[in-house]
Amino acid sequence: MPPESAPIEVAFRLNGEEVAVSAEPAERLLDLLRYRLGLTGTKEGCGEGECGACTVWLDGIPVDSCLVPAFQARGRDVRTIESVPEEALRPLVASGATQCGACTPGVVMTAMWVLENPGLLETHTIRELMAGNLCRCTGYDGIVDGVAAMLAARGEERGE
Amino acid sequence: MRAVLPGRLDAAMDALAGDPGLVPLAGGTDLLVHWPVRTTARDADYLDLTGLDELRPIRWEEGTLVLGALSTYWDAIVDPRIRSELPLLIDAARQVGAVQIQSRGTWAGNVINGSPAADGVPVLMAYGATVVLASTAGRREVPLDAFYTGYRETVRRPDELVVEIRVPRGERPFEAFVKVGPRRAQSIAKVGLAMARDEAGWRVAVASVAPVVKRCPAVETLLDGGGPLAGPEDLQTAFRQDVAPIDDLRSTAEYRERVLARVAWHALRDGGAIPD
Repeated sequence: MPPESAPIEVAFRLNGEEVAVSAEPAERLLDLLRYRLGLTGTKEGCGEGECGACTVWLDGIPVDSCLVPAFQARGRDVRTIESVPEEALRPLVASGATQCGACTPGVVMTAMWVLENPGLLETHTIRELMAGNLCRCTGYDGIVDGVAAMLAARGEERGE
Repeated sequence: MRAVLPGRLDAAMDALAGDPGLVPLAGGTDLLVHWPVRTTARDADYLDLTGLDELRPIRWEEGTLVLGALSTYWDAIVDPRIRSELPLLIDAARQVGAVQIQSRGTWAGNVINGSPAADGVPVLMAYGATVVLASTAGRREVPLDAFYTGYRETVRRPDELVVEIRVPRGERPFEAFVKVGPRRAQSIAKVGLAMARDEAGWRVAVASVAPVVKRCPAVETLLDGGGPLAGPEDLQTAFRQDVAPIDDLRSTAEYRERVLARVAWHALRDGGAIPD
């Protein structure tokens, strides 16, 4: 099995739809999304897995897409900020969870994951779950309050 | 840059035997940092492990927790059995970055990356873990405390893959993990300390205070002796024989040595291993 230096066929599920693109071996998932598929909602911040601006879901869990080789997306399920309905953002906006917006797509993807997995709050605080998304504007209280508001709204919808 | 994308472990080992220059790649949390500009790393040839389902599961055997080489920190964090039986794994995993890193970073990657500041390695070492290496020539099991030969150097041959990490189960009347960083989340350790006592005695493993994560035989001997300890200074005298901290961008040698002894003292006292 000789190593592939030629482009690699990457077929995966992206925001609920099957896509197939050829990727360079050294291409990151972040670059594939932004430059080949035109999904520029996902941002690059630090490029070293520190800031979380490039957070997407890979098989349902947040990852930094700057640290994922595009070829590792083969056969997997990827969700980006473009899959999030606008109304889901209202509690975050109302809580002052965003200002300049650079971190916001990543913040939202982690927040949506917390919302989908409220059982995590039995072992984790919102702050710990959101610790991988750095924000230099809000001081974090707005983000934490926004996630709490999203969870409360979801609970009300379910009649809890 | 080239990538080999095997779907089975035997194909991966064949590829590595044929081209030992291949760099095994799993979660990428170390290898992909600044990938586009680190051209040497970017242009290396990689062996992608993520297609190897044989390496994925966490498995319980009698007396042993087996962490397949692809098992991640997050796999452990959400495993209630690990939380109750081997809680230091959870304590360490929760301090490795945040979920974005925990979901991708693997225990095996933490071991093979060989960082002296690793969080997972001291805990595995205090638990007496072993590393299973496999190649087309066969398998061998190496105690983690004999795995490192120097700064970022290990006994792994270039044709070998880490396929699993084996963690002994059993009663541990005392166990503790302490990480000292500049802040609680998303930091790299200035000092890491894992301590566990089982029927064989104490194991004390430290990070960020030597070129490798290592055990501390002088401290272990002191604790095994069971004699009275007057204060952190007694521990510091023993630690001084075991560690060789340096000044670097994260901390100073003096701070590391003092804080190591003090956090060890407090962990022992809080855990009831030293009478008040």
